[in-house]
Amino acid sequence: MTATDVPAGGTDAPVSAAGNPIGFGRMIRKEDARFIRGQGHYVDDLDLPGMLHSAILRSSYAHARIVSIDTSAAEAHPKVRAVITGKTLEGLNLAWMPTLSGDVTAVLATDKVRFQGQEVAYVVAEDEYSARDALELIEVEYEPLPAVVDARQALAPDAPVIRDDLEGRTDNHIYDWEAGDARACEEAFAGAEVIVGQDMIYPRVHPAPMETCGSVAHMDKVTGKLTIWTTTQAPHAHRTVYALVAGLPEHKIQVISPDIGGGFGNKVGIYPGYVLSIVGSIVTGVPVKWVEDRSENLMSTSFARDYHMHGEIAATREGRILALRVNVLADHGAFNGVAQPTKFPAGFFHIFTGSYDYPAAHCKVTAVYTNKALGGVAYACSFRITEAVYLVERMVDCLAFELKMDPAELRMKNLLRPEQFPYTSPTGWVYDSGDYPRALEESMRIAGYEDLRREQAARREAAARPGADPSAPLMGIGVSFFTEGVGAGPRKHMDILGLGMADGCELRLHPTGKAQLRLSVQTQGQGHETTFAQIVSHVIGIPPEDIEVLHGDTDNTPFGLGTYGSRSTPVSGAAAAVAAQRVKDKARIIAAAALECSPDDLEWEHGRWHVRGDPSQGRTMAEIAMAAHSSLELPEGVEGHLDASVVYNPPNLTYPFGAYICVVDVDPQTGVVKVRRFVAVDDCGPRINPMIVEGQIHGGLADGVGMALMEVIAFDRDGNNLGGSFMDYLLPTSMECPSWELGVTVTPSPHHPIGVKGVGESATVGSPAAVVNAVLDALQIRHADMPFTPAVTWRAMQGRPLRPDLAIE
Amino acid sequence: MKVTITVNGAATSADVEARQLLVHYLRNTVGLTGTHWGCDTSNCGACTVWLDGVPVKSCTTLAAMADGHEVRTVEGLETAAGLDPVQQGFIEEHGLQCGFCTPGMMMTARALLDADPDPDEATIREAISGNLCRCTGYENIVRAVRWAAAHPASRSATEEVPA
Repeated sequence: MTATDVPAGGTDAPVSAAGNPIGFGRMIRKEDARFIRGQGHYVDDLDLPGMLHSAILRSSYAHARIVSIDTSAAEAHPKVRAVITGKTLEGLNLAWMPTLSGDVTAVLATDKVRFQGQEVAYVVAEDEYSARDALELIEVEYEPLPAVVDARQALAPDAPVIRDDLEGRTDNHIYDWEAGDARACEEAFAGAEVIVGQDMIYPRVHPAPMETCGSVAHMDKVTGKLTIWTTTQAPHAHRTVYALVAGLPEHKIQVISPDIGGGFGNKVGIYPGYVLSIVGSIVTGVPVKWVEDRSENLMSTSFARDYHMHGEIAATREGRILALRVNVLADHGAFNGVAQPTKFPAGFFHIFTGSYDYPAAHCKVTAVYTNKALGGVAYACSFRITEAVYLVERMVDCLAFELKMDPAELRMKNLLRPEQFPYTSPTGWVYDSGDYPRALEESMRIAGYEDLRREQAARREAAARPGADPSAPLMGIGVSFFTEGVGAGPRKHMDILGLGMADGCELRLHPTGKAQLRLSVQTQGQGHETTFAQIVSHVIGIPPEDIEVLHGDTDNTPFGLGTYGSRSTPVSGAAAAVAAQRVKDKARIIAAAALECSPDDLEWEHGRWHVRGDPSQGRTMAEIAMAAHSSLELPEGVEGHLDASVVYNPPNLTYPFGAYICVVDVDPQTGVVKVRRFVAVDDCGPRINPMIVEGQIHGGLADGVGMALMEVIAFDRDGNNLGGSFMDYLLPTSMECPSWELGVTVTPSPHHPIGVKGVGESATVGSPAAVVNAVLDALQIRHADMPFTPAVTWRAMQGRPLRPDLAIE
Repeated sequence: MKVTITVNGAATSADVEARQLLVHYLRNTVGLTGTHWGCDTSNCGACTVWLDGVPVKSCTTLAAMADGHEVRTVEGLETAAGLDPVQQGFIEEHGLQCGFCTPGMMMTARALLDADPDPDEATIREAISGNLCRCTGYENIVRAVRWAAAHPASRSATEEVPA
């Protein structure tokens, strides 16, 4: 199958008896029946016989030496069954565990605590209330140390060394990493008519899924089998890591990821709490549940971003971009625990050249330790493409500001043209397909861009008149264009902890023609049970209601790296399509045997093979499935049954793209920003289920509004986390979000079996810059850092911008 | 202390600690896990249930406060006659993704529609502003509530799900 076989809009599939598209098209979700009844099965819903509960004591300091821990009073609590400290774990060689980036992190602190909220002790008790009571009974004596809070001070000669656990470590430097051609950039900048440089911060934010992280571990001492129900986006990778960390035999580990209440990258990593629940079960001999509270989630689990960037863009006076270079200071927190392919310590940040045509680019990323929680790659960031898109889209707007050019016009002038694809970027990415000008034009058409600019000009003119209303809102229009690369591997270039990024899939047709599809990836709300059934339905023509999708249980699904980086549809979706194609090919042979003809004499109609020129002589997939399991004699070498097993190793990433336009009104007297409109044109290739795709885009756009206007995890001078609850870490509500206006263009991926591209993170990646560009357009200033809370906006309006990541003036 | 709480029309009774939260009573004592716990601070609304017909955040309501009162949870939305129009609306308009905020969101929506059977978009947005959702960007939740408003008699009249 090639991409050219794919229906563009995906809505012309035949309809099943149940009213569903036999293939692509809008279909209500299979998942919903349980969720709307309150019958989802989340980790915290699990209640096993004899199960105990647990809680973690966390550090109140950002940086302190542990002098002593006294657990005697906690141990004396009548409902406490076990108290575990770093010392206990040292005896088991479990006090430290590897991170996904080749560093180590403490399961429970032994020598020092290195961020506020770090795990210090663990209590297992008969109920959760008692476990938390017992935490209060643990006496920890700390010797406070000066904290490194500002990433820009982390490499100062007198900065305290955070990672003195690492032998020979004398500073807080983690790595330097470069991509692109520095010399070509030098030359381009030397000859440029216009150069614009800008510092900007993509502040620390948090994915904050509505369900926090948790696990229930059960080590069965009789069988030696460990079962762990856990909030993971990557159950198979977790199983392997548990085997490596704990020395447990991998065939005796079953990881079950039941319904997941949102992930967004928060549930990729392995947290100490998961490991501790396993230890708790080993120690007590019964199942142990651990579920963190919201503060624990915000303060200790994988944060996102925290990139301090300096960009420089070179251009001609006419607005032709010549080069872009960027220096990044990356705040990785106290342990390097980012989850990304090994060869790319800064993730895919070096896709920062964006959607534009220019020859020279270079980036240098310096990563440092600070006394903050670990993480960095999370919150639907496509492995740091969020930071990259924000950088380039801000730099292009800064250039437009200096050139006094319309930002949409400047973008149109520099966008890659359709005939340039496949396009090799200056930093080595090969963009598979795209028609960028069409997407930008479509977004401008939907927005009524020219009218909006006219309205803005009229408002500005009115505001400049004597006696103008001082409360008249300042109108801003922001444009952003993004290109993502999603769907990692190929496995030879991309691995996590040595595990190649390829995913397995198994499709089995039962004798009656009903199918089961087993996936390595794990839904956290994306609707895999529906979408993947539609993929199979599209290829073999049986109704999606006849296809059951199984996932989230390592004992019952093939190995694969899991769901993050928008990789489910690009990788596992391809695996499902290839498996379905193999079943279809085998069905042809079996149909030929049943019809006593050659397979070459058969032709396909959706769901049925029939004799060419005689449609009455044919077999449906259900008839073929029964024949495959029957006593029908099959050709030499053809085994019975009708199934296929595939490991899909993607030849390249898929490159979704889109054009976004945001309109804001800023209250000049309060600094309050209101998003009036948001237009999003996304091109993710053909849409398997347009309803689900639009839903994912809606969610990502809300993320963008949140990050641009509300969300930030800041710290005070002592390293206290100032975003440790939903009263402090503000998520967008229905009031901050406008009614999204979506548009579509369709450019299939040439290398994906059904032409589709990932979309799960597109809007989160592309939208923050549009909102920020709109706010700055309203204020008519070149740059200030997000989030544009009323205070930040007000200060920016006064020409005294705030640093949003620190509560330090 | 002993509490007696009517949950979805059925009497429940248990000895509880005075500090026990209503959300934990519902989930752990009664075994109704459709009500979710999400934040501790009344901000997220995943735990929204009705107390005597009024939506409350059960993470900041004590079980003791519900003693002698009536509680309604997501499990009480469906009746023998079929799904509540709000439930059907969430399916039809794709008002949910991960499903975690959905029970609380639907309880808030049902209360809104009981008070105002034909709310406009702004009214719906204000009503659900105490319920956070990270997946949907709220657009389809608003549409789902509108769907329910437009189909007040949908119970038992609609095909539910495909499979």
